[in-house]
Amino acid sequence: MGENTREKQSVISRAREIIDNYQGKEIRIMEVCGTHTHEIFRLGLRQILPPSIRLISGPGCPVCVTPVSFIDEAVLLAVDHNATICSFGDLVRVPGSGMIPVEDGAGAQDGKPAFRKIPGSLAAARAGGARIQVVYAPQDAVAYAREHPDEQVVFLSVGFETTTPTSCLAVQEAQKEGINNFSILTANKTMPAAYEAMSGSMDAFLYPGHVHAITGTAICEEMARRGTSGVVAGFTAKELLTALAVIVKRTEQGEPFFENCYPRVVRPEGSPAAQKLVEEMMEPCDARWRGIGVLPASGMKLREKYAEFDARVRFALPHIEGRENPACRCGEVLQGKCQPSDCGVFGRGCTPEHPVGACMVSGEGACSAFYLYGTGV
Amino acid sequence: MQDTVTLAHGAGGKQTSELIEKVFRAHFENPQFTPDDAALLEIPAGKLAMSTDGFIVSPAFFPGGNIGKLSICGTVNDLACMGAKPLYMTCAFVIEEGFPMARLEEIAAAMEKTAAEAGVCIVAGDTKVAGKGQVDGVFITTTAIGRVMDGVCTGGALAKPGDCVIVTGDVGRHGCTILLARDDYGIEADVTSDCAPLWAAVHNALTAAPGIHVIRDATRGGVGTVLYEIAAQSKVGFSLEAEKIPVDPGVRGVCGMLGLEPLYLACEGRLVVIAPEEDKEAVLQALRTSPHTEGAVCIGRVTEDHPGRVVINTEIGARTILPQPGNELLPRIC
Repeated sequence: MGENTREKQSVISRAREIIDNYQGKEIRIMEVCGTHTHEIFRLGLRQILPPSIRLISGPGCPVCVTPVSFIDEAVLLAVDHNATICSFGDLVRVPGSGMIPVEDGAGAQDGKPAFRKIPGSLAAARAGGARIQVVYAPQDAVAYAREHPDEQVVFLSVGFETTTPTSCLAVQEAQKEGINNFSILTANKTMPAAYEAMSGSMDAFLYPGHVHAITGTAICEEMARRGTSGVVAGFTAKELLTALAVIVKRTEQGEPFFENCYPRVVRPEGSPAAQKLVEEMMEPCDARWRGIGVLPASGMKLREKYAEFDARVRFALPHIEGRENPACRCGEVLQGKCQPSDCGVFGRGCTPEHPVGACMVSGEGACSAFYLYGTGV
Repeated sequence: MQDTVTLAHGAGGKQTSELIEKVFRAHFENPQFTPDDAALLEIPAGKLAMSTDGFIVSPAFFPGGNIGKLSICGTVNDLACMGAKPLYMTCAFVIEEGFPMARLEEIAAAMEKTAAEAGVCIVAGDTKVAGKGQVDGVFITTTAIGRVMDGVCTGGALAKPGDCVIVTGDVGRHGCTILLARDDYGIEADVTSDCAPLWAAVHNALTAAPGIHVIRDATRGGVGTVLYEIAAQSKVGFSLEAEKIPVDPGVRGVCGMLGLEPLYLACEGRLVVIAPEEDKEAVLQALRTSPHTEGAVCIGRVTEDHPGRVVINTEIGARTILPQPGNELLPRIC
């Protein structure tokens, strides 16, 4: 065994000892990062925790919290406006409403609007001939727009603080080069509003390391002052177990706490350059979170001076409410109110091959992780 | 000769002959290489194995090899998995009009070198040229026959509870290399394909332990897919130790960024070997002293429990199921 492996194993054993010996009241720990969710399942972390320590998968996967209405908007852009949609792969299979109210009110009866059918996902739109490109970064969408000047190209900008700066950079690049067939459909979100909304559902947050590498830790300290505990955690076995052990130790001490357990990457001030870029180009807006509802000022959209790159403005999109499949309980899963296996369609109507809800689509979604890894051996 | 392949090179006339003479015969020449319609071969007595495989990898050139090297390795390794020494091979090319002649030369040279290392004679071939856009660069199909070692019987249905599971080196390098070579992700990492001919290693392992139960090359779908296939065929389970599974740091980094599982990335020079526990040390010793399998390690064992499933003991001491591969495996990797 190498020096590193030995050190790692000794940290893991010490953390396990602290966790195993915990005798206090129940601690509900919520992770709010898809990568954490995935790693927790991959490691089988839940299995080794005593019953008094519960892990809850919160709203941490950007695809999972993206509302149905966003998919509908993207489908409309592709189908009605003949735009080329550039998207991260996961979003392509997320189900939308499949129908929207007729915009001019035609066909309404008894005050109820008439509906028209639209493709139920971007994948369905693609099968019907729409141009849907899978990209891995917003810059790829700009490159596509550059190479296809006769197409209107829309990048689906989803994600938290970690990915928002890259969308800003893409818009900046398009503006600099005068690429006028590129725009973004924003569903960018910020975590603090979600922390607030979730603060009654758990006892301590496992804060996402990637997000706080950008934003810094002031918000976490503020949460602790207001009574909500948490630690910033990294992503390896050693880092996750250390973070859990710290939560256990600090909970035993009784006071609300915050600790940065990922100082290797997360500095208190975060990344000022990324913050400045986003601040310059975007402003907060109300945003809908799947299953949670509208959280005030929890979204980001382009500022007025970049409005020409805002797909909603460019294509004068109507407001769409979106209709979630009533059988799907993704919303409750995201709030830790139920386990994926409590949902009536989990594993039956809803599988990674045929997802009903977003949490089953994304590899980082709680339902997908539950489905793939099962509940143990 | 012209700089690029043209439709005339596939028309059967003078230019076809020139292409065959200057590119293929120049590299493949051996006493068996036929100038006629079919090769005439002396076949040794005993059991023969025969296999065929098509190669359409994109890009055709990648760190650690090219489609030519791959087209030899893929087919001779399939024979090797059945305990067969590769003897004769045919190869058929479909080349896109406009393909650079120099690149075709490079491919032929790689095939010559790899065939020599694998000990296989190329005895016949075919060349077709397709119009621009009808194929992507060059596609190659190779077919080979080999002689199965006496007393050897390997197969996917033969794994037994208690057997050890060996991989012959770090996993997932070929798949990762192709993924990076396509440049879709904007990620750079120092990863080269593991593509290699493995008959010599298999020969040594089977000489040391003729009772090996299963040998499989972990190509498309990687080690994970191979294990699930064997689990189904043999009606057994697998129990793996996460920390024993060798993964190159570059591959691990890329997988971390893209959310991929190295066990599901293709290898083109790695075998899964399943052998009775008492043969473990002999097999490992033989592999570790053979070319391309120096990194052989035992990563777990075959179990009677949980048939059809692959279970992993993780680094924190928990047991998880290796999720079955999803529906988005990388296309055109070999």
